[in-house]
Amino acid sequence: MHGAFGATLIPEYDLLKWIVLLPLIGAAWNGFFGKKIQEKLGEKAIAFVAVGTVAASFVMALVSVLSLRGVEGGVVTDRVYTWFSVGDMRISVNFLLDHLSAVMILVVTGVGGLIHLYSVGYMHGDRGYYRYFAFLNLFTFAMLTLVTGDNLLLLFVGWEGVGLCSYLLIGFWFTDMDKAIAGMKAFITNRIGDLGFIVGVFALWWYFAGHGVHSVNFYAMAQSVHLLQGDTIFGVGLLTFVGIALFVGAAGKSAQIPLYVWLPDAMAGPTPVSALIHAATMVTAGVYMIARMNFLYTLAPAALGVVAVVGAATALFAATIGIAQTDIKKVLAYSTVSQLGYMVLGVGVGAYAAGIFHLMTHAFFKACLFLCSGSVIHAMGGEQDMRKMGGLRKHMPVTFATMFIATLAISGIPGLSGFFSKDEILWKAFSSDRGNIGLWIVGFLAAGITAFYMFRLIFMTFFGECRADEKTKHHLHESPKTMTIPLVILAALSIGGGWVGIPEALKGGNQFHHYLAPVVDPGNAHGKTLLDWDLSEELGARAHATTGEGKVAAEAHGEAPVHDAHGAAVSSHGAPSAHGGHSAATEYLLMILSVAVALGGIGLAHHFYMRRPELPERIRGGIRGLHRTVENKYFVDEIYGATVIGGLMKLSRFLGGFDNVVIDGFVNLTGWAARLVSRISGWFDNLFVDGLVNLMADATTELGDRVRRVQTGTIQSYVMAAFGGIIILIFLAWRF
Amino acid sequence: MDLLTWITFSPLLFIPVILLIPGDRKNAIRWTAVAGTIIPLALSVYLFGAFDRGMAGINDPESFQFVVMKAWIPSFHIQYYMGVDGLSVTMVLLTALLGFLCMFASFGIDKGLRGYFSMFLLLQVGMMGVFLSLDFFLFYLFWEIMLLPMYFLIGVWGGPRKVYAAIKFFLYTLFGSVLMLLCILALYFKGGHTFNMVQLMNSGVDGGTIGLFGSALDFGKVIFIGLFIGFAIKVPIFPFHTWLPDAHVEAPTPISVILAGILLKMGTYGILRISYPILPEASHWFAPALAVFALINIVYGALCAMAQKDLKKLIAYSSISHMGFVLLGMASGTEQGMNGAVLQMFNHGTITAMLFLLVGVLYDRAHHREIEGFGGLLSRMPIYGTITSLAFFAAIGLPGLSGFISEALVLIGGFKTFQTITILCSTGIVLGAAYMLWTFQRIFLGPLNEKYAALPEISGREIFTLAPLGVIVLILGFYPHPILGMMQTSMNYLVKVVWG
Repeated sequence: MHGAFGATLIPEYDLLKWIVLLPLIGAAWNGFFGKKIQEKLGEKAIAFVAVGTVAASFVMALVSVLSLRGVEGGVVTDRVYTWFSVGDMRISVNFLLDHLSAVMILVVTGVGGLIHLYSVGYMHGDRGYYRYFAFLNLFTFAMLTLVTGDNLLLLFVGWEGVGLCSYLLIGFWFTDMDKAIAGMKAFITNRIGDLGFIVGVFALWWYFAGHGVHSVNFYAMAQSVHLLQGDTIFGVGLLTFVGIALFVGAAGKSAQIPLYVWLPDAMAGPTPVSALIHAATMVTAGVYMIARMNFLYTLAPAALGVVAVVGAATALFAATIGIAQTDIKKVLAYSTVSQLGYMVLGVGVGAYAAGIFHLMTHAFFKACLFLCSGSVIHAMGGEQDMRKMGGLRKHMPVTFATMFIATLAISGIPGLSGFFSKDEILWKAFSSDRGNIGLWIVGFLAAGITAFYMFRLIFMTFFGECRADEKTKHHLHESPKTMTIPLVILAALSIGGGWVGIPEALKGGNQFHHYLAPVVDPGNAHGKTLLDWDLSEELGARAHATTGEGKVAAEAHGEAPVHDAHGAAVSSHGAPSAHGGHSAATEYLLMILSVAVALGGIGLAHHFYMRRPELPERIRGGIRGLHRTVENKYFVDEIYGATVIGGLMKLSRFLGGFDNVVIDGFVNLTGWAARLVSRISGWFDNLFVDGLVNLMADATTELGDRVRRVQTGTIQSYVMAAFGGIIILIFLAWRF
Repeated sequence: MDLLTWITFSPLLFIPVILLIPGDRKNAIRWTAVAGTIIPLALSVYLFGAFDRGMAGINDPESFQFVVMKAWIPSFHIQYYMGVDGLSVTMVLLTALLGFLCMFASFGIDKGLRGYFSMFLLLQVGMMGVFLSLDFFLFYLFWEIMLLPMYFLIGVWGGPRKVYAAIKFFLYTLFGSVLMLLCILALYFKGGHTFNMVQLMNSGVDGGTIGLFGSALDFGKVIFIGLFIGFAIKVPIFPFHTWLPDAHVEAPTPISVILAGILLKMGTYGILRISYPILPEASHWFAPALAVFALINIVYGALCAMAQKDLKKLIAYSSISHMGFVLLGMASGTEQGMNGAVLQMFNHGTITAMLFLLVGVLYDRAHHREIEGFGGLLSRMPIYGTITSLAFFAAIGLPGLSGFISEALVLIGGFKTFQTITILCSTGIVLGAAYMLWTFQRIFLGPLNEKYAALPEISGREIFTLAPLGVIVLILGFYPHPILGMMQTSMNYLVKVVWG
């Protein structure tokens, strides 16, 4: 099939860099001059630049994506410059627009643009208005770099860049220490993930280099990845190792077990930030990365299995925590962790298109939910505790209507976007040859819980009696237009955004899957795929000098046995109609079951929070221990604090003390040792520590003596010593 | 006269001028000192442009540039021999730049100005000479010349424990110098009575045995270890590092900058300039050990940094950690690692200079450096806080800033040769983020400590010393070619020399 296409260079498209760069220009403008502008010209001048640059980016993104339809194979690239090169390594700043990044840039600039607009009203009156928008623009730039970078290192620039912006924006109100600490926690937890990520990149680089491929360009890797199939590292398959290492990074960014802990705390940031960064875009970076690296994961089933299991576990685990939260944003935060689990489960069973599909619909409805919660919090004068809300639907009808729609979408009510995407994932978790009934059951249960806690949120917030104090009640109001317009647009997308991916079983033809197929499912794509391009430009000058390694790799790939192996691996979970022997009837059945569990969850929430509001309290009384555990998020933060962080701090203090002892002498040592000895019991430890103490003491006393002796001398003796050396040298040189 | 002679010695011309100015005309003294660093800076900028990036140098006498070679003490074959290649040219740039900026940073010095600035200019001569010498005798001379002003600058103009710190620094370095001297002499005799480094590199001294402690040991290995200890003290490599925190803490700000920015680089420079090309086999043999030292430096330095309560001491320990990356790159024997190592030397020079200057800004205002003693300063000093965050994130190795590229190159290079060690070294990036952000949080975030409600914002002069460094950190993050391209021919060649 792939021989049918002549290998040509990916066409250049110069507009691409401006989509990415415009928000950076906006960030720099407001960052450098914003303070003055805000004082002289007011907030509008700030917002104009910030919203304007992202809106312009969106328009250009739209134009680019539409014009992609006229490009054979649907890929364009913008080669900007060589970032750095050493020896055989040449890392370029090249942007790539294919169908996968097309979806991503539309989500990032589209949803991002709406959230920028919403922020205009939400952040009104804040002293750091300019700073906020500079950070938000910077974030958009970093996120766009992440999704359009054509190689792993450029992706990593965006990857860390969004982490930086997340840090800056979570701690935006930095005079509040808790918020500042939440930002730090987010960055450091992400860094732990990044450690895995870069190790994966290192391994990929050298093993590819071993096969003569000096590149981490995505398309180049896709064409050559089969070369790595026989390689091993640390006794495991290289692809498995790399797959898991990269996934550690994804687990950090996309808040998967065990690195999810930062995301709920990240809600300390302004609510639009939670919507943009911690729901719609940044946290989906891990899912995007796995979909981007699909060619590798497809050949690494063991790694993919880990991804699927972690995703499913996260989906269920976070959903259960969501039940017991009373802070409206915390519910949404755990909901986000859970939904990210779904996406990871999706890509983990090899259904990359389904994962990205849910990423997109989730961006719509979760951004809508967060912005609605922001609208509620705004009206409530900053109150986030749902126990103090209630009956708000009369006061804020637009917010209520839009949030209700988004809630229906996330709950998986048929016809709305979330239904199609979630169902696609559940179906693939069951039917794909990497899926199984166990993964489906976990996802199925999580779906029911999701419907329950979301409607719990709706009922507690918008229905019943208002439980706020009189002052707040009096203050209740609908939000201004700049805030409600984005809500309405996002609610509309929460409904219709899923219609692009209606499954074949429902006669929809799954357009979305076919759109992404050239990138994530080349075995089943019609027309040119990512395997059919001549990448000599991306592979660097060496390729030109020799026979053209890009071509060599492509040709090698074209050889029948290798290609079949790859093609077969890809196609097994490919064509939506085939589904490895599962009938359409099974698909209908599972679909009905998932709708039923959602309705069951909603019914249960209605029963608990509308019809018998006293019931939750009684149940809580019955299972106090369990409830306390869930409410406190299974004490995971506490466990991490006591083990990892506590251990590290202890080690750090130990080493710092150890170092100090060698320098500063006996006094510090005895103090430190006394504390240590008091803590550790047992004769062995005692003996050991005492031995160390004596040793140190002797050494230190001696050092002290020596220093004292020298101090009594004059500086002349040191000078003499220094130049004495030279005299000896000359003398010796003369003698011999 | 020759370019390199001017770059090295021109500050000397200004010392008598400074000594002739009456002591109470402080600004005249200060500006004269600045003038003394402008000539080397201007000539270095010229050198930057005129340098031929295609020539390797290292052990090839033909491809050194701007060579000055004159007979000096012919009876001992001692030459006045200077030249630059890709390895030294980056260090020359760094030295000229930091020297110039530190003169401005020294404007706050208020006592004994004439002595201070004279010593500083002498120090500048010594440092430049070390990087430019190609004759062992000349190298050793500069190495010792540097020591003396440094001793006084710490011992006279330093903090409360200045004498202790100065003596400690002096003794440590002297110990290293003596070892180095013995090795130089051994090489002199073995290599056919020459101090010419380039000649030694081509004389095959890296073989044979040496009688020591009653047994015949491999000559190359013994000399390598001797030189290594001498250089390791400068880097500093664990366990020879304990002079550094004291010296840094007690030294006045500009001297801390010079210490961390330039003096530490002399250790790794010495290994690359001397040990590697003269003793390639021994260097090859020692590489695994060097990787282990790198790991210890990175992780141990970072953990110690985390435990510090004094901001300056924390930065000092972070230098130990960051210099570990240089060692890892040097041990890797890959083009990526070696280029990354020298780039890291340059980047660490600029980043850590910023960090120490920033500590100085705070210390000048609050008169203490206890991390826990601050809090919420960002609301009071937003510009200062922003510049500090730039420096901190550069130190953390954030992509888009210069530190990332050198650390990434080092780690990629290291991974090829030492997979496990490199993975363990990578934990340094997590620990680095942890202690840096934690420090930033404790000093700048949270509610403003009322004690510092009247702290003045960073001044124009202070911004002037920081801005060039900040701009370099930013530009090299997006486009490292100006520096990376300068060293590549030489470093790639050095990889071939040592690893074949």
